[in-house]
Amino acid sequence: MTSTARRSPRFGFAVNAVGVIGASIILFWILVAVFAPWISPYPVGKIVDFDYYGPISSDFWLGTDYLGRDMFSRILMGARYTVGISLASVTIACFVGVTLGMIAAVVGGWFDAVLSRFLDALNSIPALMFGLVVVAAVGSSLTVLILTIATLYAPGSYRFARALAVNVNAMDFVTVARARGEGIIYTIREEILPNIVGPVLADFGLRFVFIVLLLSGLSFLGLGVQPPDADWGALVRENIGGLSFGAPAVVFPSIAIASLTISVNMLIDNLPRRIRDRSE
Amino acid sequence: MGNVIEIRDLHVTAKTDSGRVVEIIRGVDLDVADGEIVALIGESGSGKTTIALTLLGYARPGCSIVGGSVTVDGEDTVAISEAERRSLRGTRVAYVPQSAAAAFNPSKTIMDQVVEVAQIHDLMPMDAARKKAVELFRALALPEPETIGARYPHQVSGGQLQRLSAAMALIGDPKVMVFDEPTTALDVTTQIEVLRAFKAVMRERGMAGIYVSHDLAVVAQIADRIVVLKGGEVQEVGATEAIVHRPSHSYTKALIGAFHPRARVPDPEAAADGPQPILKVSGVTAGYGGTGRDKMPKYVVLKNLDLTLERGRSLGVIGESGSGKSTLARVIAGLLPAAKGSIEMDGVRLGQATRDRSKEDLRKLQIVFQLADTALNPNKPVGAILARPLVFYHAMAGRERDAEVDRLLDMVRLPRGLKHRLPSELSGGQKQRVNFARALAARPELILCDEITSALDTVVAAAVLDLLDELQRELGLTYMFISHDLSTVEAICDRVAVMYQGEKVEEMPTSRMKSGPEHPYSKLLIASVPKLDTGWLDGLRDDPLMAAAMEGR
Repeated sequence: MTSTARRSPRFGFAVNAVGVIGASIILFWILVAVFAPWISPYPVGKIVDFDYYGPISSDFWLGTDYLGRDMFSRILMGARYTVGISLASVTIACFVGVTLGMIAAVVGGWFDAVLSRFLDALNSIPALMFGLVVVAAVGSSLTVLILTIATLYAPGSYRFARALAVNVNAMDFVTVARARGEGIIYTIREEILPNIVGPVLADFGLRFVFIVLLLSGLSFLGLGVQPPDADWGALVRENIGGLSFGAPAVVFPSIAIASLTISVNMLIDNLPRRIRDRSE
Repeated sequence: MGNVIEIRDLHVTAKTDSGRVVEIIRGVDLDVADGEIVALIGESGSGKTTIALTLLGYARPGCSIVGGSVTVDGEDTVAISEAERRSLRGTRVAYVPQSAAAAFNPSKTIMDQVVEVAQIHDLMPMDAARKKAVELFRALALPEPETIGARYPHQVSGGQLQRLSAAMALIGDPKVMVFDEPTTALDVTTQIEVLRAFKAVMRERGMAGIYVSHDLAVVAQIADRIVVLKGGEVQEVGATEAIVHRPSHSYTKALIGAFHPRARVPDPEAAADGPQPILKVSGVTAGYGGTGRDKMPKYVVLKNLDLTLERGRSLGVIGESGSGKSTLARVIAGLLPAAKGSIEMDGVRLGQATRDRSKEDLRKLQIVFQLADTALNPNKPVGAILARPLVFYHAMAGRERDAEVDRLLDMVRLPRGLKHRLPSELSGGQKQRVNFARALAARPELILCDEITSALDTVVAAAVLDLLDELQRELGLTYMFISHDLSTVEAICDRVAVMYQGEKVEEMPTSRMKSGPEHPYSKLLIASVPKLDTGWLDGLRDDPLMAAAMEGR
């Protein structure tokens, strides 16, 4: 795989070909999410075909769903929810979790103990039940959805980052920084973060995939994206009846989910060595 | 007498991280006769361990034997199959690693691990193997030979564990023993008994051995011949006596030169003004673990310690591991708040913890750690590492800061181009210089040096010590120099404090170190330092002090 390495002179990083493919697919889906309203041929909720589970045709590029709605349009618009919600919540979850994890590792003492126990408690609440309660209490909206998912995934990220940061914190260069009188923010940003960023990014990728799955679960329970809009997971769910006769309506959203989650992990696993292996 | 080991034109290559193949052993020839112990000596990277491992037909990951032959007891370990090598190892060649603590499995008893070789090769019934192990324990002068095998590795001391790992190697009655720096990680007081046990066993059984070490004085005690290596090539071969007293090659001379430190000349200027205390430690008690109701820590490491450092002078702190030397440095630096006592700098009492101290107090007192590998952030280029104290303490920016970084690199004799490199791209000595330069960047008055040369090769360490000495003269620095290596302390310190079990048992001028330590422990410690003299170890037997100290171990 080393032979396919390409050198980008601007960053001085060798970017792996597999990583480039992953990045291109992610970029493609982000562009789709942004421009979906302008490129989708039909409105999302409109029944355009009398046939349900219609085949691929020149009018309906990816067939139609169980109500005869155009799948191509629905997948394009679904990208907005899946890519948007998952990326936003995984980013919030990892940012909060990693920051708190590093602070807990550096500060230690009762702060660490209290925060860890609190987040452990949060971790013990089943994800879907937590979602149900929150949505029942405040109703369903995109913001609520993103924050709920972020809350659910932050404790895991915290645990992961804290475990890594505790090891780095024991190294002499952190002790030297402490003896120099550096504050917490400098210590975590300059001394600890660069040394844990590789594993943290790998964790980010895994968590992203889990969130895509959780999102489809929430949608199935009616807690996620509200119809007629649907994220990809919901598209698979609502068309699952077509699986037995191989309807494109169930195959294509599955492919879309697979392509996104696989490419996120492809990108992260093939990040430039200098970023990925920093902790070594 | 035939040769039990014959190495002919050995070539070993290694693959670097960037995929380049470099030759690390370049055509080495070596013979070891029956019953002879040959030492391989050289700095790290000279290929001494690599050669020793080829005797077992083993090359470390990334390395491969590309040419030549290694004949051990009539078999060429390079040519034979992996299965044959396996049957060779443990029965005809055995290996004693550097770190016995890492070589033992912590979850199995010692006996189970010692007899494992006999079990793997099906050499003898298990009962016979256990009996033999007990005999070996006795031969290696281990305490309670009958029952020590029932213990777990953490229940014996480091020196005992090292001897047990020799027992593990000896159980298969090998023709050749390979010792890979077996005493490097041990205290000098422990080193003696281990060396003595090894020597007795080897002599008694008439085994041949390869002893890898970087310490010439240790080697002089145990080896019949010495092979000096550098850069994968043999520099000089000769009988121990000849190498020690009449070295011919320049590298050997440098090695021996580094062993005889120049006697320290006290700076006349400092003496003229009379002693001015810069740091005063009084009645400090400190330790680890939670504090109890009496406000004392659970595990007390330092007990009521007094210490004074004089401006522009160096104080050496010596003692075995666990004596509280490093804890003392941590307490002074404010990393570990003391439970009792006070630390005064220039007559002003310092806060117990770093957060209680002003930036100015922190700046004046810098600490440098032993392992430059872990003391430098692996993700920051050298320039950024050196720039941080400048920004932090002196608010320097832009060109002024860059110029200062260059000046610091000049000061520690490093090329300026190094500032763009990451620590992993530097050699051990270079890293330690950067580590020291970072402390200098603060423009401190006092530097606490915690074993800063212990991880370096003799010649490299000598150069670093010279640099420290020079900088002290130029900048009027005060050092507190923690070390377990007495010759290092002798080279750089004016006074020496001896620590034992958390207490300062004695303080004396360096000049008196050899002649008149008073406390029995200081006497023992100083007498334990190997001398560059082949008869030193055997001569100790007649020393009543050492004989008494050995009894209890």
